[in-house]
Amino acid sequence: MKLNKRTLIIIVVLIIVAANSFYILDEKHQSIITRFGEPVGGATTEAGLHIKIPILDKVHFFEKRILEWDGDPKQIPTSDKRYIWLDTFSRWQINDPLKFYQTVRNETFAHGRLDDIISGTTRDIVSSNTLIEIVRNSNREMMFTDEYKDSSTGIGSTERAIESGRSKIADQIFNTSKELCAEYGIKLIDVKIKRINYVQEVRQKVYERMISERQKIAAKYRSEGQGNSAEILGQMKRELDRIESEAYETAQEIIGRADAEAIKIYANAYNRDPGF
Amino acid sequence: MPDFEEIKVQRDKLKNITPRKFVTIVVIIAVVIFIFTGLYTVNPEEVGVIQRFGKYTSTTEPGLHFKIPFGVDKLTKVKVKHVYKEEFGFRTLQAGVQSKYATRGYDHESIMLTGDLNIGDVEWIVQYRIKDPVKYLFRIRNIVETIRDLSESVTRQIVGDRSGDEVIVLSRKEIADQIQIELQKTLDEYEAGIEIYTINMQNVNPPEPVKPAFNDVNSAKQEKERILNDAWQNYNQIIPEAKGKAKRTIEEAEGYAINRVNRANGDAERFIAMYNQYKNAKSVTKKRLYLETMQKILPKVEKVYIVDEELQGLLPLLNLDKGGK
Repeated sequence: MKLNKRTLIIIVVLIIVAANSFYILDEKHQSIITRFGEPVGGATTEAGLHIKIPILDKVHFFEKRILEWDGDPKQIPTSDKRYIWLDTFSRWQINDPLKFYQTVRNETFAHGRLDDIISGTTRDIVSSNTLIEIVRNSNREMMFTDEYKDSSTGIGSTERAIESGRSKIADQIFNTSKELCAEYGIKLIDVKIKRINYVQEVRQKVYERMISERQKIAAKYRSEGQGNSAEILGQMKRELDRIESEAYETAQEIIGRADAEAIKIYANAYNRDPGF
Repeated sequence: MPDFEEIKVQRDKLKNITPRKFVTIVVIIAVVIFIFTGLYTVNPEEVGVIQRFGKYTSTTEPGLHFKIPFGVDKLTKVKVKHVYKEEFGFRTLQAGVQSKYATRGYDHESIMLTGDLNIGDVEWIVQYRIKDPVKYLFRIRNIVETIRDLSESVTRQIVGDRSGDEVIVLSRKEIADQIQIELQKTLDEYEAGIEIYTINMQNVNPPEPVKPAFNDVNSAKQEKERILNDAWQNYNQIIPEAKGKAKRTIEEAEGYAINRVNRANGDAERFIAMYNQYKNAKSVTKKRLYLETMQKILPKVEKVYIVDEELQGLLPLLNLDKGGK
């Protein structure tokens, strides 16, 4: 009985040790091992069952999947002094968990770094471009409705050729930021511009311009309506005069012919004897 | 609460069980638990993704399947047939025959700059499906957020390359197609395992403060139509009437002509008839005709003055009309 108890204890301890010397790494994760706070070996990225020294080794898990970063909208002036709100987002991955662990520890701190890096780069690059470069993406020929074309005074800013365009600017931000992120064990996958908006005062002005453009179009329709209506009225008057005068002409002709005929008949008859 | 007596009885019963029997019971129970916790069903609209010790091993189709329980095999069900929907610029509050939508407070999603630096209000939906459950699970952490971010970015990029007129009036369908192509391309670059089903432009409008001006253009257009219609209506009413009147004038003239000629003919024939008789007895008839005529005329005349042809200077004192008989 006594021996039995001891074996039991040994078995339990063995089980605990065995359980502690394995760990499961999910497909979603990657890991590093620290022993007394010092990293041991490289990163483990292959999912499955892995071995560690029980109790001494501590496993730190990191995301292997692509992670999100969404910047706060920032007010940035463009090189042509237009104030805009710019909202960017990024996708990133921890590609060197060891470096990541040593430099930023966790995702919260990583977000802070990304905020600094991407926001700074964005500001630099956007403020050295004109608004139209950021809004447009290519030199694609835009189409307009006829009514707009007819009444538009032509907005000068759209005429200039686009040198880089939105996606190239986003690429510039991405490439510059990417290099800066490398030292944190972060691999930047993408940086994109999510939203661009005018600041409130500018937006108001744009609304006013849009309204006046439409008013011009409406006024044009109205005057066209009046003009065409007057034209129809004129056409009607002309037609009326023509019809009436033609009828008069024909009627008089008929009457005249009849009168002449009558005169001829009387003359023929009375001529037989003017004395009678 | 079971009393102690009962527990004692139970314990006595357990004491009777031989080790052999005990082992058998334990094994049977273990096997039953093993089987029942290992069985799982995959519903028709989903697939099961199996990970053994965290590592992806297989994807199972709909039906009854078995996995190793106790944390060895891990099952995640992914709805691959389901079509998911994301809304931008509005939210469906209550779907149904008459769906209710909320658009307030989603302006930041729908307001965007067009290529001619105007502003458009674009509401759209993205429908997608999971085409690769493994990539879907293991490649991107927050897939919905990723689809939303990308969709906004791509939509703005495409709208930014088009004029306000194109966005609002001319080429909605084309824009939706473009968004779909671009969005799919980027998601494939991310290896997201997502297939974009459709992009639908729900509402594409000028921004709220500009809407009245746009509507005014439409009403001006209609006004123009109406004025033209009125003018044509007037025209179509008056011209046929005038034509009718003209015809009447001509008909009347013709009537007059027939009348005139017929009368002339009648008069002429009467004259000729009389003349033919007169020819036979010229002087008698002449006298008779004269007398007959006089008989007809004279009673109508009040006074008859027979004046000598040679009379000169007719007395002006004579009152020709007012004198008595």
